[in-house]
Amino acid sequence: MKHSLSKSEQQALIANVQQDAYPDERGRFGPFGGRYIPETLVPALDRLQVGVDRYLRDPDFLREFHDELHNWVGRATPLTFARTLSEKWGAEIWLKREDLAHTGAHKINNSIGQVLLAKKLGAKRVIAETGAGQHGVASAAACARLGMPCTVYMGSVDMERQAPNVGRMKLLGATVVPVTSGDKTLRAAVDEALRDWVSDPNGTYYCLGSAIGPHPYPYIVRELQSVIGREARVQILERTGKLPDLVVACVGGGSNAIGMFHPFVKDKDVQMLGLEAGGIGTGLGQNAASIAYGTPGVLQGCFSLLLQDENGQIQETHSVSAGLDYPGVGPEHALLASIDRVKYEAVNDDDALAALAECCAAEGILPAIESSHALAGAKRYALANPGKRILIALSGRGDKDMPTLQRTLLKDVL
Amino acid sequence: MPARDSISTAIRDRRETGQPALIAYITAGFPKKEGFIQQLNAVGAVADVVEVGVPFTDPMADGTTIQRSSRAALEQGVSLRWILQELTRAEVKPRAPLLLMSYLNPLLAYGIDKLPEDAARAGIAGFIVPDLPFEESHELRNALDARGLALVQFVTPVTPVERMQMLTEGSGGFIYAVTMTGTTGKNVAVPEEVLEYFARVKKISPVPVCAGFGIRSREQVQRLAPFIDGAIVGSALVEVLERGDDPAQFLRSLRE
Repeated sequence: MKHSLSKSEQQALIANVQQDAYPDERGRFGPFGGRYIPETLVPALDRLQVGVDRYLRDPDFLREFHDELHNWVGRATPLTFARTLSEKWGAEIWLKREDLAHTGAHKINNSIGQVLLAKKLGAKRVIAETGAGQHGVASAAACARLGMPCTVYMGSVDMERQAPNVGRMKLLGATVVPVTSGDKTLRAAVDEALRDWVSDPNGTYYCLGSAIGPHPYPYIVRELQSVIGREARVQILERTGKLPDLVVACVGGGSNAIGMFHPFVKDKDVQMLGLEAGGIGTGLGQNAASIAYGTPGVLQGCFSLLLQDENGQIQETHSVSAGLDYPGVGPEHALLASIDRVKYEAVNDDDALAALAECCAAEGILPAIESSHALAGAKRYALANPGKRILIALSGRGDKDMPTLQRTLLKDVL
Repeated sequence: MPARDSISTAIRDRRETGQPALIAYITAGFPKKEGFIQQLNAVGAVADVVEVGVPFTDPMADGTTIQRSSRAALEQGVSLRWILQELTRAEVKPRAPLLLMSYLNPLLAYGIDKLPEDAARAGIAGFIVPDLPFEESHELRNALDARGLALVQFVTPVTPVERMQMLTEGSGGFIYAVTMTGTTGKNVAVPEEVLEYFARVKKISPVPVCAGFGIRSREQVQRLAPFIDGAIVGSALVEVLERGDDPAQFLRSLRE
């Protein structure tokens, strides 16, 4: 099952990545990606592909999209120089502040873009899945803004640990459907959203929130999220006159990471580091680090790296962060890992929470637990490689994590 | 006769008696792992073709009944390896051809290189893979083809005509014509436009046309009968087994 690439295969993949040749016409990122879905969804995905080809590079559509990003989302988000963390970690730490985007995370970039696309395609309603609730809130907000009915599927376990976001979605007019099947987290929510979509493939638009799923979703999400990396690249050049030595992001399905990484892929001197959820250990079921511990397989529409047993059954995962708690990863990350263009490592629950506390105290910023994995990974790198310029995607704010933080960091304080 | 032809032959033989064939789905090892072969024989004594379901953790095309049976089977340790071993070892097996119904990932994990040979040895005549569209199916199709095994394709009410042509021509054993957009197990009314759709499939398909998803009653089967060669019964049969009722009796009730 392991995809071991020969030297020449790897060279060919590297050349294609340099030329931005992925996804190819079959929706592949090298060996990864594709379109593994029930026949009922094939015409819907074909229509979506036509819509993507027609609109995602269309100047009028992009003008409308960027107008919403600027005037409603509040972009460009700032690039903050983290003075105290830089001093403590012996590095130059720059934070790309997606926590300051409307609704509190990068997810809104994708949601507003996809709901705009849904309208162009004549959809009657939008459905979405959510883990941490950020994509659900972003989709609910985008639907309210553009006048679309919205239904969000959310695992019952996640509804409990991200309770503030459930109320926000309802206020924004969305119907929130608790998912009690499967593992009751993000993966079960995706399964339920797919089942809804299969029932009404003509009238419903599925607004997928991560860089996963059948082609063309990983491509759509990358295109809409790349605004993060494009802005950050311009900003850091303006502020320092140089590119960063290292770009860092957390990776669950991998939407903020692909948005941050993609604009830097061709910059050969820029190294990149993706941080997965290391949970409480390296064993099956103890983490959600699909690149670190997974094997190739097909889940929810695409061929990528998965946490599965020897019979191909998908494993339940563990992470303190709902947004990273997913047993697969976007196919483009699987490719970037296989050619060593991006290095992926795991950060455990405790280190992520410690980084969250450190960022609060040092910079006056409460990051999401997801984003705190990126901070912890950057710290580890900085301490081992002094004096580097490090750009971190701070993908979201941590207000939504208060119920979890009450049970963990604040347990002894209150 | 290659194994794949035994499927279309069994369906056509039944059709010639004036009745549509019955294709029965069970989740392997549900409700109890121990009774698997015995249950298969009970179902196979009435059905013309039997689909043996390989449980999967993420059955995205299935409704609540098959989600539940899959989960229960997995909790008892049912795997593709176990299913093939049991079938290979079984002394008595139904005369009805057997199909394996599985999502793609358990097949990939087993290994596409070994699967056709082991399946043929276990007496499997073909495969149904609900998350493998035609465009992604070449590797598996070629591997199965080399051993004379069928790969069944689906068509749905939203499939465009040109695509329907390609899928029916590319399908082995029969064409699985989904009655509705949706997951398995919901009770379907059979409105006029659904009959028109089946008539359309029937007209262009070189292989037998079998209707599946939401088939629960003799009335539905009779209404569809002029347009189909077979009816596929899944969730309703799984619910009969769940209640501990007699599957053979239920299957006969669909035919009488």
